[in-house]
Order: sequence, then structure tokens, then C-alpha cells
Amino acid sequence: MSGNTSPIFGNLNWNVTPYTDLLQHVDSSTIVGAGAASVLVFGAIAGVALFTYMRWWGPLYRIWLTSPDAKKIGIMYIALALVMLARGIIEGFVMRAHQATALGTLAQPEAGLVAPDHFSQLFSTHGTIMIFFVAMPLLIGLINFVLPQQLGARDMAFPVLNQVSLGLTAAGAALIMISLLVGQFGTGGWTMYPPYTGIDFSPGEGVDYWLWAILISGMGSTLTGMNFAVTIFKERAPGMHFMRMPLFCWTSLCVAIMLVYAMPALTVSSAMLALDRYAGFHFFTNAAGGNMMNYANIFWMFGHPEVYILILPAFGVFSEISSTFSGKRLYGYTSLVIASMSIAVISFTVWLHHFFTMGQSAGVNIAFGIATMIIGIPTGVKIYDWMATMWRGRVRITTPIVYLTGFFLLFVIGGLSGIILANPSIDYQVHNSTFLVAHFHNVIIPGVLYGMLAGIHYWFPKAFGFRLSETWGRRTAYLFVGGFIFTFMPLYVLGMMGFPRRSPTFQNPEFLPWMYVAAFGGVLMMCALASLMWTFWTSYRNRTALAVPGGDPWNGSTLEWSSPAPVPEWTFPQIPQIQARGDWGEAKRAGDPWKGPERYTDIEMPANTAHGLLIAGAAFALGFAMVWHIWWLAILSFLAIPGMIALRGMRVITPKIIPAAEVEEADRRFRQQVASLASATRADEETERNRGVPDLSEFAG
Amino acid sequence: MVWAKIGAACLLACVALDPALASGGLQQSFLQPMGPVAEEQFSHLIRVVGITMIVILPVLLGVPFILWRYRYSKPRGDYTPEWEFSKKLEYALWGVPVLVVAVLASWLWYSTDKLDPYVPLGPDPLQVQAIGLDWKWLFIYPEEGIATVDELVVPVGRPVEITLTTDTVMQSLLIAPLTGQIYAMPGMTTKLNFSATRTGEAEGENTQFNGDGFGRQKFTVRALAPADYASWVEGGGDGLTLDEGTYATLRQQSVLADARGDLGLDKRAEPIVMTLGQKGIFEQIVAKYHGAAGPRWGGTGLPQGNATGGGE
Repeated sequence: MSGNTSPIFGNLNWNVTPYTDLLQHVDSSTIVGAGAASVLVFGAIAGVALFTYMRWWGPLYRIWLTSPDAKKIGIMYIALALVMLARGIIEGFVMRAHQATALGTLAQPEAGLVAPDHFSQLFSTHGTIMIFFVAMPLLIGLINFVLPQQLGARDMAFPVLNQVSLGLTAAGAALIMISLLVGQFGTGGWTMYPPYTGIDFSPGEGVDYWLWAILISGMGSTLTGMNFAVTIFKERAPGMHFMRMPLFCWTSLCVAIMLVYAMPALTVSSAMLALDRYAGFHFFTNAAGGNMMNYANIFWMFGHPEVYILILPAFGVFSEISSTFSGKRLYGYTSLVIASMSIAVISFTVWLHHFFTMGQSAGVNIAFGIATMIIGIPTGVKIYDWMATMWRGRVRITTPIVYLTGFFLLFVIGGLSGIILANPSIDYQVHNSTFLVAHFHNVIIPGVLYGMLAGIHYWFPKAFGFRLSETWGRRTAYLFVGGFIFTFMPLYVLGMMGFPRRSPTFQNPEFLPWMYVAAFGGVLMMCALASLMWTFWTSYRNRTALAVPGGDPWNGSTLEWSSPAPVPEWTFPQIPQIQARGDWGEAKRAGDPWKGPERYTDIEMPANTAHGLLIAGAAFALGFAMVWHIWWLAILSFLAIPGMIALRGMRVITPKIIPAAEVEEADRRFRQQVASLASATRADEETERNRGVPDLSEFAG
Repeated sequence: MVWAKIGAACLLACVALDPALASGGLQQSFLQPMGPVAEEQFSHLIRVVGITMIVILPVLLGVPFILWRYRYSKPRGDYTPEWEFSKKLEYALWGVPVLVVAVLASWLWYSTDKLDPYVPLGPDPLQVQAIGLDWKWLFIYPEEGIATVDELVVPVGRPVEITLTTDTVMQSLLIAPLTGQIYAMPGMTTKLNFSATRTGEAEGENTQFNGDGFGRQKFTVRALAPADYASWVEGGGDGLTLDEGTYATLRQQSVLADARGDLGLDKRAEPIVMTLGQKGIFEQIVAKYHGAAGPRWGGTGLPQGNATGGGE
């Protein structure tokens, strides 16, 4: 196809859409492909129509897309993640449905819902989306929203850079989405190991879509890591010593440091593969001195810390909710800090366990196997610490606690399979099997997904001013727990029976019952997704009954619960003086926590700007142009990015000043409202009586 | 070791639900080992599960208990909201996992060393060379002068040493009932050592995704009594010879049945047995990637006349 590259349209032509595939050949596979593209097209049309009809474009641009406010950026990250989560879960379901129909023989062509090539695109996009465009934006979004509020800061250290990071992530996600409609995606899995993904064996645009999505969004994540780290080091409120920071801030610090050190490895391995593919280099090719083992090596230098980048913010959430919903202080604060930091460090020393089977000596495997087991120690300690936090507490079984329970009971099974895989001698057997697939879903779903959903449920009122429905929240949580069990427990069994991962077909009829169970689990996961969306919708409809203007619906002890809900742009009318760990809790113990500041001053906030939006647009154009070899556009957009940065550097930027009078007016109104609202006990937490003003006499811990 | 036994029972229960595995048919799992390596892997699995239960059971039992006993709606027991530290508890929380990991790490060292795939299981192992192709395996018996496609026949009781490479992308060869997997890569060789202790048929496979035919890249492994093995060696094959001509056909991206068709045999998914046309084929194919063999044996690129998307 590279034979006739048009100077204007590159390799683009009318034969790259799934509709042309459907016209050429009608079967279940092309119907699924065209259906997916149609969901994208009709979804986009419906979205545009809705925004136009509701006249939302102006507010969307002014209030959201141009905002440098970390809280808004955080919410946008999470919105992006939820859209991508929907696609990821649907893809997972299609794969489960395919494998339930994929029993075949060696002599006949592969049967089943989708064709082998389509199936391999599905597992490749599913993995890429779930890691880079669901888990990462979820945690980065949650940290963006929560971290400054917990530290007593008004924003991130670099608000506009934050906007750029979001833009780059969204540009990467957009590349993955457009690949549904224009062309094919790569088939090499989310890791895209060469030489299979080299230009010889994977010509065409598929691997390039992956490469540019990863390169662009990876840059965004690196910048995010720097932003988080500087914010934690420099933007803490006076008195917020390191050992007074809430645990979520500590895990955010771990994440920040790990992003800074781990993401460049991914950028390097992807850039090297891109050079192989575009410029005839031989880093990872079969011949001419290339060595594909280096790719695995560099990729997993990123890949393993990445796993802990994903899990640590969830651990932060679990630390917060286990304490809040038990009405008790967090047990073993120092222990938890040490454990988190140990995990962050040790996670950089275990990456080789992803390729125990590559042929290195037993000694190397032993060293990395033991390192892998050692990381289980701090992880185990954290779980016991949360149990000790709940012990002798008064545990309210709210939605976050249902997620936490699911996490406890399932994550330890994931930990067990992790310890099993850490043994090279057993890994030789179950590596590359669905046992491994079950293992990483077993740690990522109960760990990351449950943690993030629990966090969203917990902090949602702070963002929007009303609680989410507990009834539907719990239903969603039960469905995600059940969906996980039915989908992935059978994969453990299949893996031990010898079923390799990424296989479009199988010949052993004994696999079939397990495939059916897993497909049923896929149905439950789809129900969980629908239930999650319904939770948001039904809570929005009941927002007056669920409103918590007092801002402290769960009787919490950390700083973010001191502000109104929804939290104002400036967060704090005056930067607080921190006296203790759990400062808001201490203020409650002391008596009158809702004392206003004595005098109000003007607040300087970063002004809105379209900078991030423009850079995101240029980055998307760059990625798309490189994928389709539209060189003029690639050069133009590549030059546009530094150009826009230079232009902004030369302009005088006036910050936005919020006058003291405005702050005073809003703040006094909030404090009067708090005084006028009836306080709610914990027994009333889930009822309409909960207006965000808790009964202080109940607070302890 | 009570838990080890329970763990073993659970695992076996999973397998017992599985009549085909228990009653002949191609064995595909290391839970029914046919040789000492898979046997040791299985027992190490049980051992690890058992030891790890020490740290896992407290969570599995403790969490439901805590939720039941300390639930807000009907609490029992004390309420100590300000309690946040206990030195004794701290020693236990860190100490027990450390001890468990120390024990596990010792076992890990022992078993990894013992099952090092590069170490032969005895003197004079049977030498087999394996070349991963898209989407089939070519096995060469240099001493016997035989080459097979998608069939590995080994004598019971004699150690086997497979030397692996590929003539395409990275692959990974697994014969679960006999031994673990190892990657095979072009221009490089890796080794697998194992032996069979009983006769039987197993399924071997590639576990590293390599394109559309991946799901059908399986091969038959037969462990025969020494006399049967000898007569298999004598038996001759399909009348084909492995030379540059047949190799060029095999090197195309195709599954076994289609490759048979291309070679003029009937299109069934049956193994092909050939005689060796010359010595040193394996070495020449490895050397190709170091610039040694020139254009011979199909060169280093994708085979001509065959784009991606085969397997139909």
C-alpha cells in the first residue's frame, strides 16, 4: 500500500473504512466492525446535535475546555476515562462472546463471531485502552481533583501544563477512537512486541496508530508526573508537613515519582520501534543486527512500575475510605507511608519477571523472582493495616465499602496468583496463558477499577454538590464483583489447562463450559457498566434530594471536607494553617470547625486559555498525519507545537483576580447555610437528612 | 502442610471436572504430568499455594468477620476510634509476611535452579532442533536424519534436549505435560531439556501470538516406548525430503493442513514426516540472520508471494 502515497492524502483512500469491508464481504465479523464504527459515527453526530440544541458549546468551551483549574481538569480526565471504559468493556464482552463460539478444529478455518484478524485488533485495542486511556486518566483525574484540596493548595504547580497533559492524553485517545472508522488497529497486543510489529510483518497503519497514541499520551503522563511532584513538594499549605499529609497524597507522590522515571522508558521503546518502521532502522528487526529482546527489556522497565502507578492511587483511596467509613483513625499511618514508598522503589527492580521464559540463566530469574516476591510484603502490610483500621470501628456498608470488601477478598487471590507467577519454574508453564490474563485482571479490576470507582463515589459530592445514589452505587459494585468472578475465575482454570492468551480459536471441547461461564461474566460486566451509567443519571435526577451543600457528607477528617460542595474555584477562601494530621478532624474535635477567616484578600487564579486545546489539536493532527503518511500535515503540526509554546512564552499573561468581596460574599453565604442546616448523624448518612453537615458529637478519630 | 493438601485437592477438583484429561485424548496441562519436569512444576505450585495461604487466609476470613462484628447497623465489641498504633501488631504485620516470603524465596531458588531448562536431565540426551515457522513447527532429528512438521516423537526414559530458533517472528514453545515453555527467536537459539517417564500423547503449542494462524499452531507430542520409537525412526515418512524446495513451501505463512496441500499431500491436519536432505540445515537457518547464508533458505524477510492475512 505504500506504493502509491498521495502527496495530499498520504495513504488514505476510500477503502480503509469497515463499511468497505462490509460491502466486500458480509459476515458476523464485518458486521461487528461496521457496527462499532457506526456507534462512533452516530455517537458523534448525536453528541454534536445535543450540544447544539442545548446551546452547550459556549459553556463547554468557556467553563471546561479552556479551564486550567485542576479540579475541572480532573473531572474531564475522568469523563474521558468513562467513555473509554465503555468501549473497553464492550470489547471485552465481544471477545468473550467470540471465544464462546470459537471451538474449531485444526483442519478447518477459524470459526466464531469475529475473524482472527478482527479478534487480534480487539485484544490489542482493549488492552491499550484499558491501561492507557481508562486506568491512567482515572487515577490522574482523581489525583488532579483531590490532591490540591488535600494539600491545602488552590491549584497544581503548573496549571496550564496540566491542561496540556490532559490535551495530549485526549489526543491519544482520539487516535485510538478514529482507528475504529479509518483503517485498522495493530494486532500485536497492548505490548506490541517486535519483530511481529515491525514493518516486515505488520505493514500498514495498525501499529502506527498504537505508536502515536502511546508517544503522544505518554508525553502527557510524563508532564503530569512532574506537575504532581512539584505540587507536592512546593504547594503544601503552611504546616502541612510530609508526615501530616493524607495517605492519598503520599500515594500520589509515589505515582508522580514513578511517572517521571518510568514513562520515558516507554517513550524510548516506542520511538525506537517508530524509527524501525519509518526510517529503516534496525533496533528490533530480525536481521541486520536488530535485537527484539531489547524491546521487551525497555518496554517492561516502564511496564512494571506502570502496574504500581495504577494501583497506588487506589491504595490511597482505600486508606481514606477505610478510615472515614469506620469512624476511626487510620491504623499504622507511618507503616502505610513506608510500605507505599517501598512499593514505589521495589517496583523498579522486578521488570524481568515479564520474560522469565526468554532464555536467560536461572540465576537471573532467581534474583528477579525473589525481588518480585519481596514487593508482596509491603502490599500485604497495607491490606492488614486497612483491616486493623476497620477492626473495632463502626463500619457503614456504603458503596465504597462494598468496593473495598470486593477488593480485599479478590485482590488477595490476585496476590496469590502473582506469587505463583513470581516462581520462574511455574511461570514457564502458565506464562502467555489465560492464567496470566486472569492474574492481571485480578489485580487491576479489584485493585484499580474498584479503587477508582470507590474514589469517584466518595468525592463525587465535592465535585457536583450532590451524593450518588447509594442503592444504585451498591448494585453497580455487586455487579462489578460478580462480573469479575464469573469472567476471570474460569480463565485461571483454562490457563492451567493449557489455553494460551490471544488465541482466536481452540480445539479442546473441554474448554467450552469454562468459556460459557466467562461469557456469562461478560454479560454481568455489561450490566455493571449500564448500572454505573444509570447511577450517574438517576443521581442527577434526584440531585435536590441528594444535595449536600454543607460539603462534609461522610464526616471526614481531611482538609477537602471543610469546603462547600460543589467546591468553589478558589477552594479555600484563605490558605489554611495546618495544625495536625487530619486537620479538619482536629478542628471538629476542637468544637467550631466552620469558623470563617477574619479577613478576605483578593485571590489570584490562572486565567483561562485555549493553549492546551490547541496543542492537543496539533498533537492529534501530528499523530494522524504520521499514521497515514500525510507528510505536509505532519511537518506543519510538528512545527506548530513549539511555535505555540514560543508564542505563549512571549505574551504577557494576566492572571485572573477574584476580588475579596466576591470571595467574602460566597464564603459567608456558605457559613450561614451550614449554620442553618440541621446536622445529620451517621445513621442518617444515606437519607435526605444528610445535607453535608455532620453531627460533630459523633466525630472521633 | 494441611493447606497444601487442600490446595492440591482444589486444583485436582478443577481438573477432575474435566473427563477428557482424565481419560486419554491429547494431554495439554501440566496438572497431569508425563515427565519429571512438569511433575516438579506441579508439586511446586501446590507448595507455593499452601505456604501463601498463611498470609491470605487471615484476609479471606478476617474481612467478613470484621464487617459482621463491627458493622454500624448492629455493632458488637468495643469501639476504639482513636486507636491507631500497636507495636506488637506491627511486628506481626511485617514479620509474618517477611517470614513467609523468606520461605517462599528459598523454595523459588531451589526449584528454579533444579528446573533450569538449559541443564540436561541425564547423559546423552536425544538432540532435536525446532524451527518456529508461521504457523507450524519444524522438528529436525539430526542424528536420525528425520524432519517432521508438527510432530515431536520422543522415547520414554531418554532425556531430550530441544534447541530452538525461529525463521519468522518470536514464538514460544510449550509442551505442558512435559516441560515449561521457552521463547524462540530468529538468529538465536534457546534450549529446553526434559524427559518423558510414561507413554502418552500430548499437545504442544506456540504461546506467543504471531498472527492469524496462531490459534492453530499446535503439534502432537508422542512419548513412545524405546522399541516403538526405534520403529518410528525406521518407518520412513511421507516420501518427502527436507531441502530448500520443501522448506520454501513450509516457510510460507500457512497452517499445517494448508502446508500439506502446498506440498501435494492431502489437506488434513496430520503431521508430515520427511527425510533430511542435507546436514546442518538448522545451523544455516540461524546463520541467515547473521549475514552468513546470503539468499539461501528464503532469506530473512517475509516469504515472497504471501502477504499477511492468511490462515483461511
